[in-house]
Amino acid sequence: MREEFFPTFDYGSVFVDPWLSDIESTFQVVLMGFFVCLACGVIGNFVVARRLALVGDAISHSLLPGIAIAFVFTSSRSLPAMLIGATVAGVLTTVLIELIHRKSRVKPDAAIGIVFTTLFAVGVVIISIWLDNVHLDADCVLYGEIGLVPLRESFILGGTNFGPLPIATMGTVALLDIVLVVVFYRVLLVTSFDVGLARSLGMHVNAAHYGLMIALALTIVAAFEAVGVVLVVAMLIFPAVTASFFYERLPALLLGVAPLSLAYALGGFHLAKWLDCSIAGAIVVTAGILFVLAWVFGPKGGLFWQWSLSFSCQGGAKSIAKAGS
Amino acid sequence: MLLVFFAFPALVHATRIGGVTDLDWSEQTFRFLSLRDAAVRNAVLGSVFMGVSCGLFGGYVVARRLALFGDTLSHAVLPGVALGFLWSRTKDPLAIFVGATVAGLLGTVVVAWIRKTTRVKEDSALGLVLSGFYAVGICILTVIQEMEFGNQSGIDKFLFGQAAALSSEDVGLMGLVAIGALLMVTLFNKELLVTSFDEGFARSVGVPVEFMRYVLLVGLTFAVVTSLQAVGVVLVSALLITPAATAYLLTDRMGTLLLLSTLFGVAGGLFGSYGSFLGNNLPTGPFMVLACTSFFVVAFFCGPKHGLISKWLRRRNRVRQVSFENTMKAAYQVLEAGDFSKESVTVGALAARRRQSVAEARREADDLVKAGFASLLCSDHTGPRYSQDARLSLTPAGWERACQIVRNHRLWELYLTNEARYAADHVHEDAEKIEHVLGEKVVRHLERILKDPRRDPHGSAIPSLEDIERGAGLSTNPASATGYFRQN
Repeated sequence: MREEFFPTFDYGSVFVDPWLSDIESTFQVVLMGFFVCLACGVIGNFVVARRLALVGDAISHSLLPGIAIAFVFTSSRSLPAMLIGATVAGVLTTVLIELIHRKSRVKPDAAIGIVFTTLFAVGVVIISIWLDNVHLDADCVLYGEIGLVPLRESFILGGTNFGPLPIATMGTVALLDIVLVVVFYRVLLVTSFDVGLARSLGMHVNAAHYGLMIALALTIVAAFEAVGVVLVVAMLIFPAVTASFFYERLPALLLGVAPLSLAYALGGFHLAKWLDCSIAGAIVVTAGILFVLAWVFGPKGGLFWQWSLSFSCQGGAKSIAKAGS
Repeated sequence: MLLVFFAFPALVHATRIGGVTDLDWSEQTFRFLSLRDAAVRNAVLGSVFMGVSCGLFGGYVVARRLALFGDTLSHAVLPGVALGFLWSRTKDPLAIFVGATVAGLLGTVVVAWIRKTTRVKEDSALGLVLSGFYAVGICILTVIQEMEFGNQSGIDKFLFGQAAALSSEDVGLMGLVAIGALLMVTLFNKELLVTSFDEGFARSVGVPVEFMRYVLLVGLTFAVVTSLQAVGVVLVSALLITPAATAYLLTDRMGTLLLLSTLFGVAGGLFGSYGSFLGNNLPTGPFMVLACTSFFVVAFFCGPKHGLISKWLRRRNRVRQVSFENTMKAAYQVLEAGDFSKESVTVGALAARRRQSVAEARREADDLVKAGFASLLCSDHTGPRYSQDARLSLTPAGWERACQIVRNHRLWELYLTNEARYAADHVHEDAEKIEHVLGEKVVRHLERILKDPRRDPHGSAIPSLEDIERGAGLSTNPASATGYFRQN
């Protein structure tokens, strides 16, 4: 039983030991964290650009009943079943939100709120009645169990061991997201920033939207057991927003996801090692700290930058006034 | 959970004998309704207070489109809950209340600050605060669970809610907030109303808009914080949004909306805690949310004014009405073409007039008869050959309505040509549409403007009030006495 909240900080035990004594599982957890951040960050850039951050939040909550029902039917963490369940739930979410706000006078924000809380409640009820203590813990839904990833069964293909199944899956999804973004880069770019132009160029705006939503659902499902439904939203938003304090162009923002993901995964892992707390939570806390740093010191629109700009403007105005007098 | 087990020795017993699922639900219902157990009493009182405070503030949340802000607020209080717990080392309601309130307000300040100093869009700013604060909360919670006092704490109840775990101090605090919410709404009724719907106007009449916003914000935070233990962090926003949105489907007045939303909130809370009690204290939050959503679904489909089914019925009625009126108008025009020498028209003539098949005209004539606007004289056979010669005569009500429609039509045509300077051949289409919706008042006004005209721009007579009177003569239809008359 621990007594104090902050354990004494010991450089060796926090930063060195995990890489010496238990290198394999350390590497696997960090790699999983990196893949999660990478996949979410790449998709998240478009989510943020399209102002869908809270829709992403809603979808990540409302996938839960789909995942839970897939669990009930297959009684295993079978990825294809979970994916089908989650996709159905995701489509249902969008349809219900549209239905409520088209067919009644309820505003879209309230419609989102009603739909995702209801679906999430259905998911929690299913889990706590049929699945509790069996396969899936209701709390785990909220913050994931990335630390248990190394204990999961391995994914072996053609005699080669690709490591624990979740890592292999997450890596594949991350790769898939990157490939999709590279292939459809132009369409995604134009439809995200100028729908009118996209239409006039003959692009399928709705197809791009739903394609992105499906990629989002896929990413959330794969990341679900590692970081849970709420924290996955953080992984979507933080990289894009943090990078926007350094770069303004989308390719640069997308490239910035990789180093940020590495920093999140490493920082989160060691923070959790020190405090002995939830790794997923610590990853997001790291992301939050990096965001605050970027917000204060970022060269593009950071607080410090704004302050120095206004200072130099005032100085300039004064010197002009002096020169005039 | 522990508290519940202490409160119900019988329940523990049942667990030992045959597992919790063997509990008789009627027995559980009786236990819930009789309010014998302290835990049930607390849960019921807590649900009522929660319904009141969330329902009242929810009305403003929905009116001001703050639904997603409410969601952010409810997630942002988590680190405060955890810190309050860490500080007091027990589930002390006051420490948790203070911690959660501070965290919630800090979250809203950070959102406002991000919005003010950066180009980050509102949804992203809300998402950043929501997930960032929540992550800090999760980290502290997982640390607490490792600690000595963490195990028996019931701190995990804050995630999904457990109304049965409410202590009397918790309920007292909830009661205070509910009373505060009621006081606030009665004291600042006018100010809150006007700032919610028109800030510019509110400012111009000297309402302290900023102050009201902070009052609302602080009240909202209090409501969220005290409801946490009953519904849980993740779902408390549903208690703010869903009852108020349900009420919004049913009424247009803010006062009624607040009342209804409070009622739905209370009912949702009670049903939710009952449902979770039946299932042997499953998490309460999801059940409350599902209860509230079922109210919403009912209102969404069956609401008297804005409900989907009611709207559909109204639309169908209007379509039927227009089709009746068009048939009666056609009958009038056929009669008019014969200089009103006859008192009935054949269905064949009606079909020719409206350019449709005899079968269609017959069906419409039958509908008209069913609605009591006409009577039909024909043989018992159906089919075009027999329908062709069936004779339709309008009842007094039908005659009156037909005259009104024709009058509306021709008055409007005259108005368009004389007053709005339309060409005479451009007015028919427009009059076709408006004839069905012109009210008594507008018609009187048109008559005054056009100085009680007798003829429309095409030279046809405009049926006058005397013509409508004349319909009374039509009702003494000789056919009605004979056996040929088709019964309504």
